[in-house]
Amino acid sequence: MSKSRLDLANQPGYAYEPYHSTAKRAPVKPLIFLPHTLTERTGPVFGDLPIAETEHDLTRQHAGEPLGQRMIVEGRVVDEEGNPLPRTLIEIWQTNAAGRYTHRLDDFRAPLDPNFNGHGRILTDENGKYRFLTIKPGAYPWNNHPNAWRPAHIHFSLFGPSFVSRFMTQMYFEGDPMLAYDPVFLAIPDQAKHRVIASFDLSLTEEKWALGYRFDLVLRGPDATPSED
Amino acid sequence: MDLIHTANQPIGPFYHFALTPGWETGDNSAGIMAGPDARGERGRVVVRVLDRDGSPVTNAMIELWQADAGGKYNHPADKQEKAPDPAFHGFGRLATDDQGLCVFETVKPGQVQSQAPHINVSVYAPGLLRRAVTRIYFAGDPANESDEILSLVPEDRRPTLLARQGAEAGEWRFDLHLTGPCETVFFDV
Repeated sequence: MSKSRLDLANQPGYAYEPYHSTAKRAPVKPLIFLPHTLTERTGPVFGDLPIAETEHDLTRQHAGEPLGQRMIVEGRVVDEEGNPLPRTLIEIWQTNAAGRYTHRLDDFRAPLDPNFNGHGRILTDENGKYRFLTIKPGAYPWNNHPNAWRPAHIHFSLFGPSFVSRFMTQMYFEGDPMLAYDPVFLAIPDQAKHRVIASFDLSLTEEKWALGYRFDLVLRGPDATPSED
Repeated sequence: MDLIHTANQPIGPFYHFALTPGWETGDNSAGIMAGPDARGERGRVVVRVLDRDGSPVTNAMIELWQADAGGKYNHPADKQEKAPDPAFHGFGRLATDDQGLCVFETVKPGQVQSQAPHINVSVYAPGLLRRAVTRIYFAGDPANESDEILSLVPEDRRPTLLARQGAEAGEWRFDLHLTGPCETVFFDV
């Protein structure tokens, strides 16, 4: 079951002065409350999407292995009451170990890795669980302010059960000193910051193979409102 | 149990290779929602994304979600007793180009229950810390007059939700102003 609205007290606002590109892009007029109709209670369904093994193992998408620290990212996708959200599509994308995206507009002077694309997909299982194998992304500079660096992160995009549950976030790493300077992360209210930080987890770590990080996600569940026919 | 929803974060500028790979080559197939056999009135929905100054936003991503021409969603929560059109995909996703434009090939949605034909729109862009949600309605549709959602929008702002007939037949143009004097109406869903 879902709460009827996203609790904005735990979300970044649109306008956040230290993140400069919000100035020309953040909506400023009050949002209009939209009572949920069938349009919001439905949404694209991806439960039967064929997804190859190599889409959730980002280290096996090329003939050779990518450079960098091998890393498992595992977690569960649940609703705000802790119920698992099965068969939901997760899409991720990230830089390589040197902090460079495989994107033609990324002009950071760091090497590309011919063995790493940096994107993956998976459907959660019946218990809402997912697991990616990847390499640890790097930090990279951006133009927001002098000597600005984005902390290492992995982008996550999830659909959930309906239009209202659709959402995107970024996963950061426990203890990263760059978080303290990053306006994108700092835009999140303090009490909600911990939810976007993955923690090192020895139980997910595979001996002589890969470090394990846990990253659970909480999103809106199925809407309980009965349809008004 | 009552858990804090994970915080939204922006899409960032370098998502295309993962989410909209067709952008690189000009391949618009992820925006083709109506297959050749789809029922209903075919049309192209041209979305243009603009910033506060009216400049095109060239790295936004737009997702559309709509009913088929019969007003049916292909989703288990739609219990209406009619079959979804198998030649229609209710979901489309494209990145804007260097003019801030993206073009979806779809059909005009049917009325859903008592609602006027409409398309739900999700907007993501660098500089947008959370998804922005709006709706496209069709200018001139008589059902707009009694639409329950449109009636919640102050009258002077309703035109921001209307797609207008373009120069070509079957072309619907929708300008999406993220902010500025003509800011599009965004919804709290």
